[in-house]
Amino acid sequence: MTKTILRSMLLVSAAAVLLAGTPEADAQDARKLRGSIRIDGSSTVYPVTEAVAESFKEVSPNVKVTVGVSGTGGGFKRFAANEIDISDASRPIKAKEASTCKEAGIEFVEIPVAYDGLTIVVNKENDWVDSITVDDLKRIFLTDDPAATWQDVRSEWPAIPIAIYSPGTDSGTFDYFKEVVAGKKGMIRSDMSVSEDDNILVRGVAGDKGSIGFFGVAYYLVNKDKVRALPVVNADGRAVMPESTTIENGAYNPFSRPLFIYVNARSARKPHVRAFVEYFLETAPTAAASVGYVGLPPELYGRAKKAFKERRNGSQYLNPDGSAKHGALSDIYR
Amino acid sequence: MSAADHRLLQDVLGRGTARRQDRRRLFDRGFLLVCLCITTIAVLALAVLLVSVLVEGIPGLSWDFIDRYTSRDASKAGIKAPLWGSVWVAGICAVVALPIGVATAVYLEEFAPKNRVTGFVRLNITNLAGVPSIVYGILGLTLFVRMFGLFGPALDPSMEVGGRIYAIYYDVTGEAIRVPAAARGEAPTLADGTIGYVEEIEDGPDGELIFTDRWTPVTLSVVPEDADDPATVGAIDAYSAAEPADFEVVRPWYYLQFPFGQSVLAGGLTLMLVVLPIVIISSQEALRAIPNSLRAGSLAMGATRWQTTYRVTLPAAIPMIMTGAILAMSRAIGEAAPILVLGVALFITDVPSNLMDNFTVLPMQIYNWTNRWQEDFRELAASGIIVLLGALLAFNAIAVLIRQKLQRPLQ
Repeated sequence: MTKTILRSMLLVSAAAVLLAGTPEADAQDARKLRGSIRIDGSSTVYPVTEAVAESFKEVSPNVKVTVGVSGTGGGFKRFAANEIDISDASRPIKAKEASTCKEAGIEFVEIPVAYDGLTIVVNKENDWVDSITVDDLKRIFLTDDPAATWQDVRSEWPAIPIAIYSPGTDSGTFDYFKEVVAGKKGMIRSDMSVSEDDNILVRGVAGDKGSIGFFGVAYYLVNKDKVRALPVVNADGRAVMPESTTIENGAYNPFSRPLFIYVNARSARKPHVRAFVEYFLETAPTAAASVGYVGLPPELYGRAKKAFKERRNGSQYLNPDGSAKHGALSDIYR
Repeated sequence: MSAADHRLLQDVLGRGTARRQDRRRLFDRGFLLVCLCITTIAVLALAVLLVSVLVEGIPGLSWDFIDRYTSRDASKAGIKAPLWGSVWVAGICAVVALPIGVATAVYLEEFAPKNRVTGFVRLNITNLAGVPSIVYGILGLTLFVRMFGLFGPALDPSMEVGGRIYAIYYDVTGEAIRVPAAARGEAPTLADGTIGYVEEIEDGPDGELIFTDRWTPVTLSVVPEDADDPATVGAIDAYSAAEPADFEVVRPWYYLQFPFGQSVLAGGLTLMLVVLPIVIISSQEALRAIPNSLRAGSLAMGATRWQTTYRVTLPAAIPMIMTGAILAMSRAIGEAAPILVLGVALFITDVPSNLMDNFTVLPMQIYNWTNRWQEDFRELAASGIIVLLGALLAFNAIAVLIRQKLQRPLQ
């Protein structure tokens, strides 16, 4: 199946690279482009970039793409030091990082490429929880006064012991969950069944009536028949199920986040970098899905393409006074 | 003291000794048992680790795995780039760290006067051996990768040796054309008649392109942007001719750039920093273990200090020095942290061919694979570990060979 996806990706994108693009790019044969592209940054975005870079090699075999995993912050440091052409980021650029870039004379285009979503799952026989809030999760997962039974979380729930299944503590998924639930100061409790193998988490949750667990949305989508996903009460007070539509429109928060690439504007003038970024935007939905993320709605890819074509400088997530904007990608990224 | 008293005393003493001997024997047995237990636990842990890695990793091992680049598809992913990266980096590390380390040890043990200054140096070397490797990574980043920013960014170095620089233009047919340039960022002026070079490209059997790296000269012509002329190779429209699309540096094997950037040389030198203290200390120990009578004998025969060191002390110490070197290289090849700090790439579809090329290393690739959510990648990681162990054994085998070659029996 992967082969077919890859092939269709190649066809679509080869056509796109040839058809799309600015006037001066028209004449270029994507196969004969040459040059090198250095990418570094988030290890969360890495699998997407790796997938795109790998198939781009078949479109433009003479363009050498290298991708690093220095982390989002590390990537931006190298980006500001003019060491890389593209920076992978699992969060928008911070005001401080943007100003460092500005001081170094580096202009950049901000491009969202996919969503990373988390699913909170419980056993299929769990009929008492119909939605969960972040506060409930805090009571279940944090070290201070952790809930032993479901009754400790909300009094109307039964006194069934809670069993927690969590991805490994060094995984990006865990970090993301910890960031949302525990914040900077909180500690996630350690008496959980921890496994790096999501299969074991699914099996654990499926076999224990009082269990709760979490992992990437993509992994839930292929295990829908074994576990039940919980609607999460979002910032507007609405309980939302993790689905492609709710993730895409930003309703499923705070457990979904957009992933970005930041392209150095000077590098973006080079035909091979331009071709790569255009190819990235064409193939991002399939590439994202193949590594466990959710693609953006076509509307947003359209906006991203436009922003890249216009070489729109700076981040949409920063107000002119340097403060950060918060909210859904579709509202902020215009 | 009477004879009876004497006998009594001996009796008491003897009983005491016997009892003490019993207890000592018991203790001896007990200690042996404890030692045996501890050893068994250690060996068992290692055996379990090895067996689990082998069971998980052997099915994935194949020539394809070793000869392919990494991929998002676990069944097509290989370990070629990190394997060769590790070989290059470990090789550079060995070539630099061993001579410097052994020379330092020889100086400190054989030549340096024993005073406060050398004592201070010795103390510091011992301390350095205990510094976490990630700290050396930060040092390597500033010192080798960025060179304190003295020569500009690594993407646009201000000092280069041995590279030939070309400006890249695309002509109206989409062909990439190389035109020699004086320096990076210094665009040659294109006019009708300027000579450029086009790479010969052949069609492969599966419709792919084969880039031959043979370059044919073409005479360029600058045409107006909206020209309706038939597109010919070498015709560059005025817009594209104004500024090159990119610059390219053709790197012969002796090519050097300052700063080094994320190159194999920077990686090897950073690992050199990590293992240097270990090499120095183990070489010092080796030299210290050589009996002084040998040196005295040699000096008494009229040999100079250098002759004594070179002909007598060093050959006798080589086996132990090489053992230290093996330990140091094992550490170097397994290090991920300092290399990660340098910011080297992970996804690379090339094998290093000169000192300034990009690289990645086995531990980084293995770590990345273990972090994926797909089970297949974990199995790949196990296969990767086997390759890492293989590379390690190969390096150690080389050290053992050198040891045997250089070893001369003490006479």
